[in-house]
Amino acid sequence: MSTTGGMFAVLKEKVGQVLVPGDEFCFGAEETISLSESAKPERAVCGPGLRRSGDRLVVMKSGVLRHKPPLTFWIDSQQKRYVATKGETVIGIVTARAGDTFRVDFGGSELASLSYLAFEGATKRNRPNVQVGDLVFAQFLIANKDMEPELVCIDGSGRANGMGAFGAGGLLIKVSLGLVRRLLAPNSDIRLDLEQLFPCELVVGMNGRVWVRASSVQQTLIVANLLQSCDTMTTQQRQQLFRRVQQGAL
Amino acid sequence: MKETPLSACERDFILKAIEEKKRLDGRQTYDYRKIKISFGTDYGCCFVDLGQTRVMAQVSCELVAPKESRPNEGIMFFNIELSPLASPAFEQGRQSELSVKLNRQLERCLRNSKCIDTESLCVVSGEKVWQIRVDVHMLNNDGNLMDASSIAAIAALCHFRRPDVAVQGEEVTVYSPEERDPIPLSIYHMPISVSFSFFQQGTYLLVDPCEREERVMDGLLMIAMNKHREICSIQSSGGIMLLKEQVMRCSKIASVKVSEITELISKALMNDKTARKAGGRCGFAESMPQERITALKVDETPVETADVTEKASSIIKEAEAPPPTAPSPVVPVPGVGQVGLGLQNTWGVEEEEELEEFSSGDDVEEVTKMEEDERKNTKGDVVEISDSEEEEVVILHPEKPQKAENVKSSFHQKGAPSSKKKTKQKP
Repeated sequence: MSTTGGMFAVLKEKVGQVLVPGDEFCFGAEETISLSESAKPERAVCGPGLRRSGDRLVVMKSGVLRHKPPLTFWIDSQQKRYVATKGETVIGIVTARAGDTFRVDFGGSELASLSYLAFEGATKRNRPNVQVGDLVFAQFLIANKDMEPELVCIDGSGRANGMGAFGAGGLLIKVSLGLVRRLLAPNSDIRLDLEQLFPCELVVGMNGRVWVRASSVQQTLIVANLLQSCDTMTTQQRQQLFRRVQQGAL
Repeated sequence: MKETPLSACERDFILKAIEEKKRLDGRQTYDYRKIKISFGTDYGCCFVDLGQTRVMAQVSCELVAPKESRPNEGIMFFNIELSPLASPAFEQGRQSELSVKLNRQLERCLRNSKCIDTESLCVVSGEKVWQIRVDVHMLNNDGNLMDASSIAAIAALCHFRRPDVAVQGEEVTVYSPEERDPIPLSIYHMPISVSFSFFQQGTYLLVDPCEREERVMDGLLMIAMNKHREICSIQSSGGIMLLKEQVMRCSKIASVKVSEITELISKALMNDKTARKAGGRCGFAESMPQERITALKVDETPVETADVTEKASSIIKEAEAPPPTAPSPVVPVPGVGQVGLGLQNTWGVEEEEELEEFSSGDDVEEVTKMEEDERKNTKGDVVEISDSEEEEVVILHPEKPQKAENVKSSFHQKGAPSSKKKTKQKP
């Protein structure tokens, strides 16, 4: 057994179970580092909801423990408050134009700045056509608790890659961060259920904002209300509701 | 903190939806959201849910000197609190434009309509009258705070009971609720405010606007009315021109809505009264909806319990047998005899004497004994091991000599063996 194997074995056992703040994982007494063997340290990644405290691992949020090989652990929780993280894509609302940057509200504790040069094909002379009140789908370049967050609408190679200003004719709704993550997960079951209803466009920001557009106002509203109610439903309830909508409406 | 801005696409969408006679939450044009009225455990405390909007009203009373202009009338005082609890856009402690507007409207709705008999609040003319204070706290803002607070305020006033008073000559006695039943206020009618929002210069009209609709609307008309179809106050804001027909139509809609809401309030009051009379469960906690997030629900985990007994017994077998201790008759203190057959009396034993004897040298031995105890208790007995030397535990129940293998330590470890033995004797 390696130095930290014991604790991780316990952690892996708990994957899929509900944990509450205050739950702890720590090294067993026999898991001392042997001096004779060359100790190979194992590195684990603690995601949201888990925190290291000395030699213990403490649960900070209530939710379900998730695991991704080799050693990445996090807690899947239902929170609404968004904390900016570098590299995440969010939906922001342009609130002001200040000099050569836009001030963007992304639902966090402060506004983010978005340079007008951070759009695909933008130059000093060729400014992007973004008005106050527009929606932008952008990525965090700087997300640091001590600094103003900065957004960009281009990737590393200068391509838009789906980002930029958007939003004509759709509806913006707010859902929990847990639901957003479930929507974005590969082979998400909610998305699969939604696909069977009717064609619609979704833009999902990691900050809990979802933009919906379907062929008519009625359908857009249906999708928006379905998504907002998904938070408090079990899989069976959701599938039942989706089936009812499919049969009843339209 | 600033409010989340409304994006252009939301604004366009809401207006387009209204043109198509659709609303964000699937309501019809003249529909109210779901109204829920619940009361607290105390008299005069009322919670109103209007969809996601949530408002609490609390009524309190006080004996004060009346106003000089009206020496034999009680005083009504209304106060609306907009705290950041309701919305991050509201600031603490500062009178915002909205709160002044709401306060004024509530006063016009409830005080100026003379729905409460203020003369019955007089105790001694010119000297003592009741001051009734209504505090309305916004708990969550999802639009239409005015209607929610007017419902909450009038329901709380109807629910409120003031202490009984008796005047004998110069002497005024205020009776506590235990001595004499408190008295309800005399309320003539229940004015209720109904809000209408107008869009596209009054082309479209919606009842009970939600927060996003309120931010898009052009104008607002608030009509306060009672169920006798008497208009108590009417106020238009937002600077929109309304035609006479529009106002007439609104007042017709308002009369229907008011009679529905009045019915709802009286039903809620009746339910609360019967619950209180029956001594049943009433109050806020009972009316809390059980909102559970079930999205991450995990079904019950099956736990294998088939071989638990065998496992436990095998562990006990494997465990080292405790060192045999001879059941020697222990006489703790000279002069203490034994009661019953083979039983040992430990009444009135002075603990300190024993402690002095043992506490010095054999701590290590005690620890090993404790470990053994723990090993034997794998079945799940709760073993309480207290290390505190100050604590004195006198073991009152008799111990059987055969089982008292560590009698010596029973004085020493105090709580631990005693609790264990209790569980052993039960079966």
